[in-house]
Amino acid sequence: MLNFIARRIAAGALLLVVISFLSYLLLSIPDVDVGRQLLGQSADQAAVDAKNASLGLDRPVLEQYTDWLMHAVRGDLGTSWFTSEDVGDAVAGRLPVTASLMLGVTLVTTAVSFLLGVWAAVRRGAVDRFVQILGVVGYALPGFLVTLVIVLVFAVNLNWFPAIGYTAFTESPAGWLSTVTLPVLSLSVASVAGVSQQVRGAVIDVLRQDYVRTLRARGLPASRIVLRHVLRNASAPALSVLGMQFVGLLGGAVLVEQIFGLPGIGSMTVTYTARGDIPVIMALVMLTVAGVVLINLLVDIMIGWLNPKARVA
Amino acid sequence: MSENLPADTPTAARALVPAAFGTSTARRGGVVRRLLRNPLGALSAAVLLLIVVAVVLAPLLAPQDPGASSLRDAFAGPSGAHPMGMDSAGRDILSRILHGGRNTLGGALIALGIALALGVPSGLYAGYYGGRFDSAATWAVNLVMSLPAMVVLLASRAILGPNVWVLMIVLGVLAAPSFFRLVRGIVAGVRKELYVDAAKVSGLSDTRIVARHILIVVRGPVIIQVALVAGIAIGLQAGLEFLGVGSGSAPTWGAMLNEAFQNIQRAPLPMLWPGLALGLTNGALVLLAGALRDGLEDRTGHAAKPHRARDRAAAVPSAAADSPAGQRAGLLSVRGLTVAYAQPDGSDKEVVHGVDIDVRAGEIVGLVGESGSGKTQTAFSVLGILPEGGRVSGGSITIKGQEVVGLPERAHRALRGGTVAYVPQEPMSNLDPSFTIGSQLMEPMRHALGISRKEAARRAVDLLRLVEIPDPERVVGLYPHEISGGMAQRVLIAGAMSGDPELLIADEPTTALDVRVQAEILELLRRLQKDRGLGVLLVTHNLGVVADLCDRVAVMNSGRIVETGTTEQVLHAPQDPYTRTLLDAVLDEAPARAPWEPREARSTTA
Repeated sequence: MLNFIARRIAAGALLLVVISFLSYLLLSIPDVDVGRQLLGQSADQAAVDAKNASLGLDRPVLEQYTDWLMHAVRGDLGTSWFTSEDVGDAVAGRLPVTASLMLGVTLVTTAVSFLLGVWAAVRRGAVDRFVQILGVVGYALPGFLVTLVIVLVFAVNLNWFPAIGYTAFTESPAGWLSTVTLPVLSLSVASVAGVSQQVRGAVIDVLRQDYVRTLRARGLPASRIVLRHVLRNASAPALSVLGMQFVGLLGGAVLVEQIFGLPGIGSMTVTYTARGDIPVIMALVMLTVAGVVLINLLVDIMIGWLNPKARVA
Repeated sequence: MSENLPADTPTAARALVPAAFGTSTARRGGVVRRLLRNPLGALSAAVLLLIVVAVVLAPLLAPQDPGASSLRDAFAGPSGAHPMGMDSAGRDILSRILHGGRNTLGGALIALGIALALGVPSGLYAGYYGGRFDSAATWAVNLVMSLPAMVVLLASRAILGPNVWVLMIVLGVLAAPSFFRLVRGIVAGVRKELYVDAAKVSGLSDTRIVARHILIVVRGPVIIQVALVAGIAIGLQAGLEFLGVGSGSAPTWGAMLNEAFQNIQRAPLPMLWPGLALGLTNGALVLLAGALRDGLEDRTGHAAKPHRARDRAAAVPSAAADSPAGQRAGLLSVRGLTVAYAQPDGSDKEVVHGVDIDVRAGEIVGLVGESGSGKTQTAFSVLGILPEGGRVSGGSITIKGQEVVGLPERAHRALRGGTVAYVPQEPMSNLDPSFTIGSQLMEPMRHALGISRKEAARRAVDLLRLVEIPDPERVVGLYPHEISGGMAQRVLIAGAMSGDPELLIADEPTTALDVRVQAEILELLRRLQKDRGLGVLLVTHNLGVVADLCDRVAVMNSGRIVETGTTEQVLHAPQDPYTRTLLDAVLDEAPARAPWEPREARSTTA
């Protein structure tokens, strides 16, 4: 198992390096005079050249990238070209917002999807139809449209939650809860729709397995078979889907943070990509990819723990 | 504004949707007919067609220029001239919706085209030829799929500028993996099929094979995927526009939503129209995809409704009760048993039509017949473990005098754990892969007998010893995939013995095993039966096993018992013509079942 984790981490690190290289190369393609942009049209050429030199932009792209990489592996992500903020600090300040969203959505999705999915598979009937319709609706409606409807209903019409703004957990836990509830709800609709359908399908598949019949034949009650045997065997496919949903979730967070005015990684992405602030964009891309790699690793570890056959691989 | 559109977009828009149907009409008339007969499919196709036509004809249909504004009328409600009202700048919303659709749908179309152009050919190639291209492409695809599309699109804006049309090309690249994976998977599967081999052998070129045999298989799933990816592309396009990444003044549904959202406190209605346009388009696409899938798979879409009354069928006294078999046996007695399965259309299909069978204590009764004759259904009925949709629809089953037809699940379950036990056919698939052998033996014992963990562990080892498994202390800690099929069958027999049963239902207990192991397992069953005085109902199609083991035999054909008697009577002097055919079949084959040999082995000796 440790061997497996080590191999996966190495593969993840390699992926990060490859993506960082490609991103840096692509981001350097547009021939933008950053010094000119920063200092304005009226600045004289010498000052612009000096600014470009101080940012290291007068060097070849490969040299710039190597320099960036050498610093990045030591945890130094550079400074923003436009705000002179330390990129690491800027990202760290915004990470808790997005992280609390992701954690909230993951918990809500896991709990609700398993409940709905197992219920739909075992009992069929109305819950089953609900899960199927939710699956279609969740797939069909763009996430931000769902978010807008949620804002309209719960914030504008019912006025239960603030429509905009963020309170840090450390400042006021209750305030934090009231500001993240609607964003988490918005993001959860699509992921619950997707994951609950997968859980339903996986449970139906497992219920048809021969060993479930044999367990019944040995006098075990249906509830126990479902909770112990079916759930465990159905969890692996459901978890893989949960991991895949996470990639989409990161994209959804961009829109949701923008709509709710949350100072997270997503809204940061919108602001900084508009300006072409390469050090910040690089950090954001790296963070996103690292997040995806980490989640997939966690999912694989959990699948290995659930399924003894996968442990060997 | 239509000037912003690349010249070919309207034609492309017209080409796409009919293309999805066009090919279907040409070669798969059945699918289209099924699609149109499915109300949801027909409705969503109609809605989609309407939206596309309206958007393509926007310049003709729109009441006014989408950019024309009269600030006096800002936020004006719906009226005759402006059926959807006016937006914050006093522009006609309907005109903007119609023109905006060209940008939104056109952008999605570009993404879709790029995704198809990249994904399908590469998927075909990788799936058909495999090899290095396949590995490289799969690696690249996994890489792209681990990137969140929205983040990449925003990062691309830094490179390519805030032009949504260009970003849609990027989206096309990001969406290509979904086609690649789909096509590659299908082609790699089909490639191993015999008919492709046959085509190869008969000298067809690869191009012809791909064109004639493989494209046909891929086409349906790809069309479905097109509908789904189109929905995603429209959503992302609108999302980007909503974020303000768009190209400024041109109307798009996403930008309209953004503008309406800014003014949500003043007038919520303008949000409804672009929201509705997006929701309807995407909803129609997803429903259409679903209907297409149903059409291609030719299923009704709804699983059979479960019968609530499944376990409740009343014990119907049947005429068979006092018929030939006479006195009912003490251990197991089945009279007039009928089993029915619920059909999708709500009717029942009867698969067992009035079976009578008896098993006395200490007796082995063979239930013989070919597959599909209803023998396994009969066995499952006794155990009360018929699959979903199946139920005992009539007749009577008594176990030690207790009627089990209509018996509440709880009481039937108590019988299963103790008095009646079951040995299944396929040993490997009947053990839960996620739990150790020991845990699977212990759990039902602890449940049925209420014994401690330690006691259950001790008994588990004893049981494994009983079925002659060497080194039982080690085996309890193994997982099913770590033991052989023969050993797995012994474990299942051990499990059956754990509740100290009086009646054993064995469903083809040796069919899945190789010949040597078959003999050992039969020997084990015989010994256990003798030592414990078990009554056994042995379901089998193997007359050799019957001759070897059984005291009496019942022969089943098409859901009915056609002949019963002692093994000697039935095997030596069969009365029923069907029994005679069964026996003849064995004689022709003699030995009853040829030992299985791998094909390669045979061809080397030849």
